[in-house]
Amino acid sequence: MWPLTRRNAAGRSDPSPSRTAYKINRLLLSPLFRGTVKLGLPLAAMAALGGWIWVDEARRTLLTDIYHEARRSIEQRPEFSVRMLAVDGASPALAQEVRQTLMLDLPISSFDLELDKMRADIETLNPVATAQLQVRQGGVLQIQIEERSPVALWRTPAGELWTIDVTGHPIRLALRRADFPGMPLLSGEGADSAIQEGLAVLNAAAPLGDRVRGLKRRGERRWDVVLDRSQVIQLPDAAEGRDPVTALQRLIARDKAQDLFARDITIFDMRLPERPTLRLSQAATQEMLRIRSLESGGTP
Amino acid sequence: MFDLYQSQRAQRRMRNAAMDRGVIAILDVGSTKIACLVLRFDGVDPSGGRDGVGALAGQSRFRVIGAATTRSRGVAFGEIEAMAETERAIRTVVSGAQKMAQVRVDHVIACLSGGRPRSYGLDSQINLTETPISEQDVARALAACDAPDLGEGREVLHAQPVNFAIDHRSGLSDPRGQTGNRLATDMHLLSVDGGVVANLIHCIKRCDLELAGLASSAYAAGIAALVEDEQELGAACIDMGGGATGVSIFLRKHMIYSDSVRIGGDHVTSDISKGLQIAPHQAERIKTFHGGVVATGLDDREMIEIGGETGDWEHDRRQVSRAEVIGVMRPRLEEIFEEVRAKLDAAGFEHLPSQQIVLTGGGSQVPGLEGLASRILGQQIRLGRPLRVQGLPQAATGPAFAAAVGLCLFAAYPQDEWWDFELPAPSTAGRSLRRAVRWFRDNW
Repeated sequence: MWPLTRRNAAGRSDPSPSRTAYKINRLLLSPLFRGTVKLGLPLAAMAALGGWIWVDEARRTLLTDIYHEARRSIEQRPEFSVRMLAVDGASPALAQEVRQTLMLDLPISSFDLELDKMRADIETLNPVATAQLQVRQGGVLQIQIEERSPVALWRTPAGELWTIDVTGHPIRLALRRADFPGMPLLSGEGADSAIQEGLAVLNAAAPLGDRVRGLKRRGERRWDVVLDRSQVIQLPDAAEGRDPVTALQRLIARDKAQDLFARDITIFDMRLPERPTLRLSQAATQEMLRIRSLESGGTP
Repeated sequence: MFDLYQSQRAQRRMRNAAMDRGVIAILDVGSTKIACLVLRFDGVDPSGGRDGVGALAGQSRFRVIGAATTRSRGVAFGEIEAMAETERAIRTVVSGAQKMAQVRVDHVIACLSGGRPRSYGLDSQINLTETPISEQDVARALAACDAPDLGEGREVLHAQPVNFAIDHRSGLSDPRGQTGNRLATDMHLLSVDGGVVANLIHCIKRCDLELAGLASSAYAAGIAALVEDEQELGAACIDMGGGATGVSIFLRKHMIYSDSVRIGGDHVTSDISKGLQIAPHQAERIKTFHGGVVATGLDDREMIEIGGETGDWEHDRRQVSRAEVIGVMRPRLEEIFEEVRAKLDAAGFEHLPSQQIVLTGGGSQVPGLEGLASRILGQQIRLGRPLRVQGLPQAATGPAFAAAVGLCLFAAYPQDEWWDFELPAPSTAGRSLRRAVRWFRDNW
């Protein structure tokens, strides 16, 4: 028999858990309590902390200040600063224009650059077809620009003179026609939207050489080729299924055979290509009437 | 006896509640070790079983998810002698098994090896008023058994109906739905000392556990270690524990007799300790490593260092031959078997069709034990190991765990006991209404 009154006799280590430890262990193993401790308590603590911060304006501002301060300090690091702007693929004038559009205050943190917005801004410039922006290593903001190339001059209905590219997009205001001697001139309302067709017509009119003054869009549906000496070739409407280029080629072929353009004719009407019509000038008409009357035996 | 009926019914309800929750613990409080297994029931009742036994001998329903063992403290002869010590030991195993299972267990099925079990064979006869035989009639027949005088402070541990007879047809396993004039039953009743049961229940209650069943450890070891045909044809299971040796006799898959001998492996250890003048833990070590029951010439030459911690060099360097150890162990084991022989003779074991004897329990691991047992008990001896159970750790598959494994099977498929039947209600509204309905049917 061992002493009954002595609790936890010294030197006798007891491997069994104490009653309290046993009960706590069992409590921790019960599913509801376990779920409460592992999920419920942390959630409740987080909610309480959030609420405690939220109720007081000062704590809230303090927290947002700390956040912004930390963010600022990271953004201001030299690794993220952009110190140089490189514009590639643009003429010097356009590059200058791009710089003025962006108005960047260098050096600037790359976090403050809104590349998408900057790209949209650059692409609103008329001479710019596309732009690619990239922040490169070494703090360089590289802008790769693809410039529009002018193919023709366009006289707008308001009377302004613009250079336009193959898509019909206006590029620059031209002050004088003489600055662009090699470029054909398009005019009339809707000329810019039918530029492809116009260029095809001009291409077909190449045999006429420098007699061609330009093209004029009529009623936003068909082209007139304006020659010197006030001669006009009226071409059919492509939307109605009649090809203006073919019509022009046929007229040029006829000119080669009959020397049409050298005659005193003002309008070559090819609007119905199967029935070409000519209009003589005033003087030629009278001359023809006179000759007709002579032929019919009248008095001169 | 009536309140025991109620408390046993309460345990059955606890067991059903545990089945609903799917987790139940097995607690084997022995004299040498205390083992706890945690079972998880998946609730899938395997179909395709025959004779009420499902696939994998009915074990596919549950799985052992936690197991722990500790040296028992405060238990002797299978009875609790120091409550606080035992309670601590139970806390140790339960928390260990819970830790392995990672689940909390609230319901526990325990077994009892001590308490001087005593078997009674009861029978009764009732005349049947209405056929076919209903469950009410079975309950009435069981209630008609005249209870023997169990003695002062003794309680009923098992009361299992083992046989039914209708008129002159005996050996029926299920009389329900049959027709006859007279229903007779045989019931096996096992009584134990009430104080021992109360101590165990109190210890379990102190650990915040609910008792969901209580079984005799000899019975549990029998259902774990005996194979089916042995249970059918008649066999005795001898569960050689530390403090007590349990004897259970099975016939026709029912336990028909159980008794215990209050000598066990601890007594062998104490004999070695006394005979060789060494400490009990060294004696236990020598018994497990060098023990035996048949001495040969080689054993005379095999010298064992028996050691000691007294500090006396001569005393601590003593050597004994293995034959001497065997000479100490053998008389005690012979004594155990002679006691068991006496119990078997008292039970009329020689009249059974098959007289298979199965040795199990931790004490049955002594080499050569079956040779010794066959000289005393009879020719048909084998060493039994418990059934293999899903998920049981390798360390807990030895014969020492026969009772624990048997309790697992007991938890999954409990034997019908007397208290599983509703008490007969002689005059209820339902019965008179049924009688009125029958009268109408007969006369119109």
